[in-house]
Amino acid sequence: MSAFETVIGLEVHLQLATRTKIFCGCPTLFGSSPNSQTCPVCLGLPGVLPVLNRRTLESGLKVALALNCRIQPALKFHRKNYFYPDLPKGFQISQYDLPLSFEGVLEVPAAAEAPAFAVRIHRAHLEEDAGKLVHKEGSRASLVDYNRAGIPLLEIVTEPDMRTPEEAYRCLQTLKHTLQYLDVSDCDMEKGSLRCDANISLRPAGAKELGVKTEIKNLNSFKHVRNALAYEIRRQQEALSSGGKVIQETRLWDDVKGVTLLMRSKEFAHDYRYFPEPDLVPFVLQSEEIQAVRRTLPELPPARTRRFMEQYGLSSYDAGRLTSEKQLADYFESAVQAGGVPKATANWIQGDLLAACRERNVEILDLKVPAAHLAQLVLLVEHQTVSSRMAKDLLKAMMKTGEAPEPLVKRLGMSQVTDSGTLQAAAQTVVQGNPKAVSDYRAGKRQAIKFLVGQLMARTKGQANPELAHRILESVLKEGA
Amino acid sequence: MPDESLTSHPAHALTNLLRRGKCSPLQATTAYLDRIQALNPKLQALISVDEERAKNRASALLRADAERLPLYGVPVIVKANICTEGFEANCGSNILSGFHPPYHATVVERLERAGAVVLGMANMDEFAFGSSCETSCKGPTRNPWDLDRIPGGSSGGSAAAIAADLGAAALGSDTGGSIRQPAAMCSVVGLKPTYGRVSRYGLIAFASSLDQIGPLTKDVEDSALFMEVIAGLDSHDSTSADVKVPTYRAALRRPIGGMTVGVPKEYFIGGLDPEVERAMKQALAALKGLGVQFKDVSLPHTEYAVPTYYIAATAEASSNLARFDGVRYGRRVPSGNLQEMFENTRGEGFGAEAKRRIILGTYVLSRGYYDAYYAKALKVRTLIRQDFEKVFETCRAIVTPTAPTPAFRLGEKLDDPLSMYLSDIFTISVNLAGVPALSLPCGFTQAGLPIGMQLIAPAFGEETLFHLGSAYEQATDWHLRKPAAVAS
Amino acid sequence: MAFEESEVRYVAALARLSLTDEEIHRFSTQLKQILSYVDKLNQLKTDDISPTSHGIPMQNVFRKDEVIPSLDVEKALSNAPAREGPFFLVPRVIEDA
Repeated sequence: MSAFETVIGLEVHLQLATRTKIFCGCPTLFGSSPNSQTCPVCLGLPGVLPVLNRRTLESGLKVALALNCRIQPALKFHRKNYFYPDLPKGFQISQYDLPLSFEGVLEVPAAAEAPAFAVRIHRAHLEEDAGKLVHKEGSRASLVDYNRAGIPLLEIVTEPDMRTPEEAYRCLQTLKHTLQYLDVSDCDMEKGSLRCDANISLRPAGAKELGVKTEIKNLNSFKHVRNALAYEIRRQQEALSSGGKVIQETRLWDDVKGVTLLMRSKEFAHDYRYFPEPDLVPFVLQSEEIQAVRRTLPELPPARTRRFMEQYGLSSYDAGRLTSEKQLADYFESAVQAGGVPKATANWIQGDLLAACRERNVEILDLKVPAAHLAQLVLLVEHQTVSSRMAKDLLKAMMKTGEAPEPLVKRLGMSQVTDSGTLQAAAQTVVQGNPKAVSDYRAGKRQAIKFLVGQLMARTKGQANPELAHRILESVLKEGA
Repeated sequence: MPDESLTSHPAHALTNLLRRGKCSPLQATTAYLDRIQALNPKLQALISVDEERAKNRASALLRADAERLPLYGVPVIVKANICTEGFEANCGSNILSGFHPPYHATVVERLERAGAVVLGMANMDEFAFGSSCETSCKGPTRNPWDLDRIPGGSSGGSAAAIAADLGAAALGSDTGGSIRQPAAMCSVVGLKPTYGRVSRYGLIAFASSLDQIGPLTKDVEDSALFMEVIAGLDSHDSTSADVKVPTYRAALRRPIGGMTVGVPKEYFIGGLDPEVERAMKQALAALKGLGVQFKDVSLPHTEYAVPTYYIAATAEASSNLARFDGVRYGRRVPSGNLQEMFENTRGEGFGAEAKRRIILGTYVLSRGYYDAYYAKALKVRTLIRQDFEKVFETCRAIVTPTAPTPAFRLGEKLDDPLSMYLSDIFTISVNLAGVPALSLPCGFTQAGLPIGMQLIAPAFGEETLFHLGSAYEQATDWHLRKPAAVAS
Repeated sequence: MAFEESEVRYVAALARLSLTDEEIHRFSTQLKQILSYVDKLNQLKTDDISPTSHGIPMQNVFRKDEVIPSLDVEKALSNAPAREGPFFLVPRVIEDA
């Protein structure tokens, strides 16, 4: 067992979905041709001035409230000064000592075999994004595209409250799910709408003081975060165990090689010379305004979990799993509204539907099974029109064709055989045709009836109601005894 | 021969002539262009002129509704740090040589919409860093009253141009006195408006929390007229004030009897040139004759204004000048290495004063020094602002000399930055406090060098300045004198 | 207050400003003089004074989230010292491991 404790904190950059940039009226469409979404302001031409997009503050406020943060009554923007070709003004407009929000908390729900925990949010502040550098292969030049310069970002910084890569992973997932509830960002890591850096340090188990940390960048998915942290723990452990030191530095995750590597420094001295941005005024948030935004917040996972348990009688695990993702919870509720029995509906979603999602790497809404169809399926099983085994096949057919289950059942002739006369005759035939199993059963080997039920199901092409088949076989065997 | 009958008029008189059809906008523009051609080589007040653009615009005005354009056909000059599409806005710096802004500053848009014709860009101290107009990469501007002397700065080109009738009026910018001090040294009227009164959008920033654009004009009425056009809320400038723009000209030519004006003792002590002191005494006597009541007041933190200013202004400037990195515009010193490209572009592109201020400004913001310098300066700024607020509880305005001395000789202070900085000693507090101030001609030295008087009002009190200034102007004729050196 | 040549060098590096040795020497001397003049601010007690970062206090100035047409790409690049197609061109940026 390791003698070290791992301490992990996260920094997430969230691109806020707005029509225009944070300080100018340029559009924010992804994938536009290079430098086609620029103007004198976001190009940092001499003489221009920033004016804050009101929606960025509202969206930021929504996230801050959802993360249970305290809101800064009078917030200010600061200039963070450094040189880089993607930074048009030679400084980034960000926030420093008066950020939008601070001291929040994110509740991470329990997972299959891991308990729930909480991560404190250090702060969440607004800032502008930089442009994009394109490195030309085999050339001594780089290309600059400023379309992204001035896109609104919310930087969310957690406290170093995580102890394992898995906790960091779950924290990020919960954060993403919460953000998706708020509809303030598309949270798409591939488009860079959600970016994450991780800080990690080790300390002797039981120590109070934090060890020297490294910052890991270039984490393009939550899996990378988990893998990079696991690697970094091993690397730091080896350094410390062999009497060496961890050096405070920024490292890049190389997913192909599966290692973190020292990043060449952007700025040889980290002296950002923050000072209040004189081209912007302070922003004073009245508590009524904050309350008004709070009222627009949707029901968030922790509250929704509690309601699902009370209203639908779900277990805390089921309720937590379903509400973790907004679209999952919405889907569940639509199915229940369409008549689906809650517990069975929850089981179908968490079982076959999510398995299919994983298999196909798609979202639940992409499965061609509208919530109303799932509700019908649940009812068909409930009314014993189809057996639960048949229902599984039926669902597969539904996913294939997008048809509702009822017409499919008719078209495919899948109705369950519940006519005892038909089954009685079939059972007679099975008993007569399998003397060995029959005598085993009569000799006390009760298990042998399973074989006979299987034979009966085969004769009815799987359409027999298994319970009924079992009962009828028992009575036929008794009669013949 | 330049047509002086047109170029000697102030803008309000010229536009009236044009409106009455006494001459055409093209004739007025051509008269000024001729005069620029004849005199600018001596003065170097303008660093770029576009005759064709100016003539085209003047001609196009024939189709406009003259009555609705307050600056109908008025030829104007714009300081080279105010973006004007079609002109090089180089700020007097090599690093911006060739920079042609693809947009108009809000003030330029407003001027053109009001019927003004931009003739060209005025010379200036590099990035407005200076009080002498000597640090421009285009060479110094000379004072029309004495070609061996500086015109003041940093809006020295604008002031010299108006004094020499190379334009009907000019725009300048004022961060610590850059409109008022050259106005005083060239005998023109210069206004530093209240912070936020005029949009800064398109003004290439020196110190964002202090900069204001303002007019340099031949008389007070023109100052009021130009402010009616350029002042007012601008959605492109977060710091522009949502305060209604009055009809400033309504404040002109009204009696000033009974108005209480403060005379701060800190502005009338050692270091003041005796001839400036004498002229000020005469000016105060003239105002008294008009019924002004003077009150001895104190602005106790005056001596801290210059150090406060040089911390706050250079800190902001060091950050504002970071964008000049050779990537998107301006001059680049090529290199295969990015860091070298940055360092050499900036090292070769900036002049000595710009470098000095970048070093000082970067230093006062750097780790370990922020609280001792920048944070401290912002607090002292509060004390300076409160000094003014207190005086304005009992006075409608304050009167001071604009500069401690008349124009000095070229090169005299160029290598002595501190003494250069101290020539702004009477103008700097006004920027720190955010209030408006007007400099207007109030006399000449025996050698014929102009002297200016500064009137200061509370925030958004420009009307008071015009009220008081026009009354003084009506009673004197200093503003009517023309420099002999450029008489044709 | 001291302003040694080493500090001039550090600050010049932060500001990406190449300076000659002569400039470093001259600025060190001049800025020493300016800083000792600036030091007179320490005569004032300012513990209870709130800072002024704007001449005229204002707050809550926003714009609506409404699109304003961007510049034409050619106009955006019209002042570029070096370009390639629709991109600005700079010496290679090294940001890898």
